[in-house]
Amino acid sequence: MSGKYEAVIGLEVHVELNTKSKIFCSCPTEFGKEPNTQVCPVCLGLPGVLPVLNEEAVRKAVQAALALNCEITSYAKFDRKNYFYPDLPKAYQISQYDLPLARNGWIELSGGKRIGIRRVHLEEDAGKLVHQGDITSAAFSFADYNRCGVPLIEIVSEPDIRDPEEARDYLTRLKGILQHIGVSDCRMEEGSLRVDANVSVRPVGSREFGTRTELKNIGSFRAVYRGLSYEIERQSKLLDRGEPVIQETRHWDEQNGVTRSLRGKEEAQDYRYFPEPDLVPLQLDPDWVEEIRRTLPELPEARKARFVREYGLPEYDADVLVSSPPIANFYEECVRLFGEPKTVSNWVMGELFRLLNDSGMEPEELKLRPSELVSLLKMTREGVVSGKIAKDVFEQMFRTGEDPESIVKKHNLVQISDKSALEPLVLQVIAENPKVVDDYKSGKKQAFAFLVGQVMKATKGRANPAVVNELLHKRLD
Amino acid sequence: MILELWQLTVHELSQLLLRKEVSATELLESVWGRIEEVEDQVKSYITLDPEGARAAAAESQRLLESGRPRSALEGIPCGLKDVLSTKGLRTTCGSKILSNYVPPYDATAVQALKEAGTVILGKTNMDEFAMGSSCENSGFFPTHNPWDLTRVPGGSSGGSASAVAAGEAMFTLGSDTGGSVRQPASLCGVVGMKPTYGAVSRYGLIAFASSLDQIGPLTRDVTDCAMVLDFIVKHDPMDSTSVEIKRGSYLEALRPADEAVKGLKIGVPKEYMGKGLEPGVEAQVKKALELLQELGAEVEECSLPHSSYALDAYYVIAPAEASSNLARYDGVRYGYRSKQYDDLIDMYRKTRAEGFGPEVKRRIMLGTYALSAGYYDAYYLKAQKVRTLIREDFDKVFAKFDVIAGPTSPTVAFKLGEKVDDPLAMYLSDIFTIPVNLAGLPGISVPCGFSEGLPVGLQFIGKAFDESTLLRVAYATEQACSLGNMAVLCARALAKGTKEGARG
Ligand SMILES: [Zn+2]
Repeated sequence: MSGKYEAVIGLEVHVELNTKSKIFCSCPTEFGKEPNTQVCPVCLGLPGVLPVLNEEAVRKAVQAALALNCEITSYAKFDRKNYFYPDLPKAYQISQYDLPLARNGWIELSGGKRIGIRRVHLEEDAGKLVHQGDITSAAFSFADYNRCGVPLIEIVSEPDIRDPEEARDYLTRLKGILQHIGVSDCRMEEGSLRVDANVSVRPVGSREFGTRTELKNIGSFRAVYRGLSYEIERQSKLLDRGEPVIQETRHWDEQNGVTRSLRGKEEAQDYRYFPEPDLVPLQLDPDWVEEIRRTLPELPEARKARFVREYGLPEYDADVLVSSPPIANFYEECVRLFGEPKTVSNWVMGELFRLLNDSGMEPEELKLRPSELVSLLKMTREGVVSGKIAKDVFEQMFRTGEDPESIVKKHNLVQISDKSALEPLVLQVIAENPKVVDDYKSGKKQAFAFLVGQVMKATKGRANPAVVNELLHKRLD
Repeated sequence: MILELWQLTVHELSQLLLRKEVSATELLESVWGRIEEVEDQVKSYITLDPEGARAAAAESQRLLESGRPRSALEGIPCGLKDVLSTKGLRTTCGSKILSNYVPPYDATAVQALKEAGTVILGKTNMDEFAMGSSCENSGFFPTHNPWDLTRVPGGSSGGSASAVAAGEAMFTLGSDTGGSVRQPASLCGVVGMKPTYGAVSRYGLIAFASSLDQIGPLTRDVTDCAMVLDFIVKHDPMDSTSVEIKRGSYLEALRPADEAVKGLKIGVPKEYMGKGLEPGVEAQVKKALELLQELGAEVEECSLPHSSYALDAYYVIAPAEASSNLARYDGVRYGYRSKQYDDLIDMYRKTRAEGFGPEVKRRIMLGTYALSAGYYDAYYLKAQKVRTLIREDFDKVFAKFDVIAGPTSPTVAFKLGEKVDDPLAMYLSDIFTIPVNLAGLPGISVPCGFSEGLPVGLQFIGKAFDESTLLRVAYATEQACSLGNMAVLCARALAKGTKEGARG
């Protein structure tokens, strides 16, 4: 985007709450079961059934709303959102329209900027259609209602986000908060966290909003970033050419990296919201809400402060570590077993993050146990393996799941600190590199490092560098 | 005169069964014989379940013989309006769109009756999705009034009312959204009650208008009504609008007539005795109220000033809820699906166009319109405000009176076909019953006399959850009016009608 325009972004995030049973019936919510095995007359919307609100879903929604700094409304109600679709067996979704569970919250981004949260409301999820072929040409589709009635919260941000990076930061923090309080596993690939983005652009300095488009089908935080970037660029170009932006819903095409028009405003649905007569209004007891607030698990901000205080970490390290609860938990367990908080943080933020990134794995998919990293760190501390070898061992642990001891044993990676074993190699290297030895003796200090490197190479990195240093100095000085 | 078993009441039969003077199988065969005799003319049932009924009666008999009856209703044959989900027994809601639908579960009220040991005979006819006042909107066939086969039984629980009147069931359950139990009860000369909203679980009652629907019994007399009510009024965790109430037995709350009404303050809304009321109906209602006065009741005029808006509010709220409740009948998962269609949208359109009847379509359109963006405030929201005013009208009257009394229906049973082409005239049949649903109050219709040889019903409206007072005053009315054995009278009229029908 040229410097002429500024983007205005608002995000709508749907998160599945990890309750044991569905929001209006007692069916289990487990993901990945055989289609239509976790259903009953209620979630199938058979004639005559009625919803009964699951208190656990309300509790988790309130936890989430409180963690997002929202006000809990004292009088909330449920409404019906009416539309026809085969994954929606009642042809309406029980949701909340004008009186949501919570309002007026915020999330603080890295730089301290606050993104407002307009509302958090509770609703039921729909089922899932499996199309036989492409969606536009499928001859038929299968309907799986296992997901139907899983509790969802919808978190609607204010249009406070100004660029794709802020959007990604907002989402990372939101996910971290929800995972920290344990109300959702927030797995985008399983659909337990879904993002729709509203985006418009306007000339810098303008206070009015431009015409917005809504982005759908965003499968990852990376896709949020890419999709928004594309859309901002597209809208800016339109404005540059003096063409209008059309208010519409656009589909993010991950493969081709473009957004495509899905439906225009004139085709927008009229959901005919009205109060759900089968449920009584939700009047939450303020004492109950206070009790939830008091017993809320440690939030990322507080945990970060504690990491700085307790472990003496730099702010930056603490911030990165707490952004993902599985990582923060992994880190804390390692420190408990090993000590040396800064060493551990270097390993986690360096090696572990690099490997996660390369493999495209989410932190919650990490199989490695803290005790395994700690055994490796102990082997390093005790000089059993060199620091360089340790990194290779770690990579193998990460990829194969093998424990460090057996990797070291299998590949014969134990560090050689025995002087009598290294002495002949040192002599050999000196003999084979007379020119370098001369350089060193004439004052070129860096020539020494070359000689150390040759010994390391000859031992495939297993030589203890300190011992090699000592032996070389003895011979050359 | 020796009465047939099907001409007795539930409370009489219960005694005979418990004393083993009559067997449950004998009773069932008596009722079944009656069904075979008159069903062709009356057409009360959409589905009959002879095998299920015979098995249930045999089980009841076994328990009665071994001295372990499940309740006072053990072995009593009953019918259920086809709006109630019955596990394994086809439930159509009077609609072609559900003509092949067999529920996998029992409604809570049905389960209560099964646990009490009743014998379920079948599913009674009704206006499609309970929308109608004559049973002529049934997706299958109209039901005839057994007092005069050329007339309607009322609706929407028409089959439930005609079955009880004609002796085709000892009692039935119906549902009442705007008068659908009380109005047919009135037109068929039986007792029909709509309990307070929240008293009987709606779980398994196929929804028409969720904030108005309530299940209620149709019986031969008030004692039977109290007896059945005792089994179906209870809190149900499956229905969030079901209310936990402390109550004693309704049956035991009944009192002799004079004791029941002495000093009872009865308000008669002037709005209910005005124009549109048939003189014959008015006369019978007034006569019954005089009899109650003689027994010591204080009868006085009162006013429900917003009554005239009730019909308008109802015809916004009920269709609005219905438009949403009936959206699930889309041909995707169960029920009727059009045979020929191009794509999903076309399948929806054709399925619903072919599956629903004209009155249902009319109300779906009304409701969809009332909820649409731009119209919501003017229609739905305004109707809700009127509803509040109507509720407040009742509150004011109940500050001074114990019960409200008036006609159940402005007319006696009208001719089949008389109002089918005039929906507004049809809607007026429920003008006295609709406000009660809007206010969520209990109401009962009890026969109080005859006009042109057809039964007239007197309606009592009570305070919320004060069913006991309603039952007591209705019981007193029944005693005071002493119309005789209605089953016998109705059977005589039906026999005459059948003969005339055969001649004509
Ligand atoms: Zn379920």
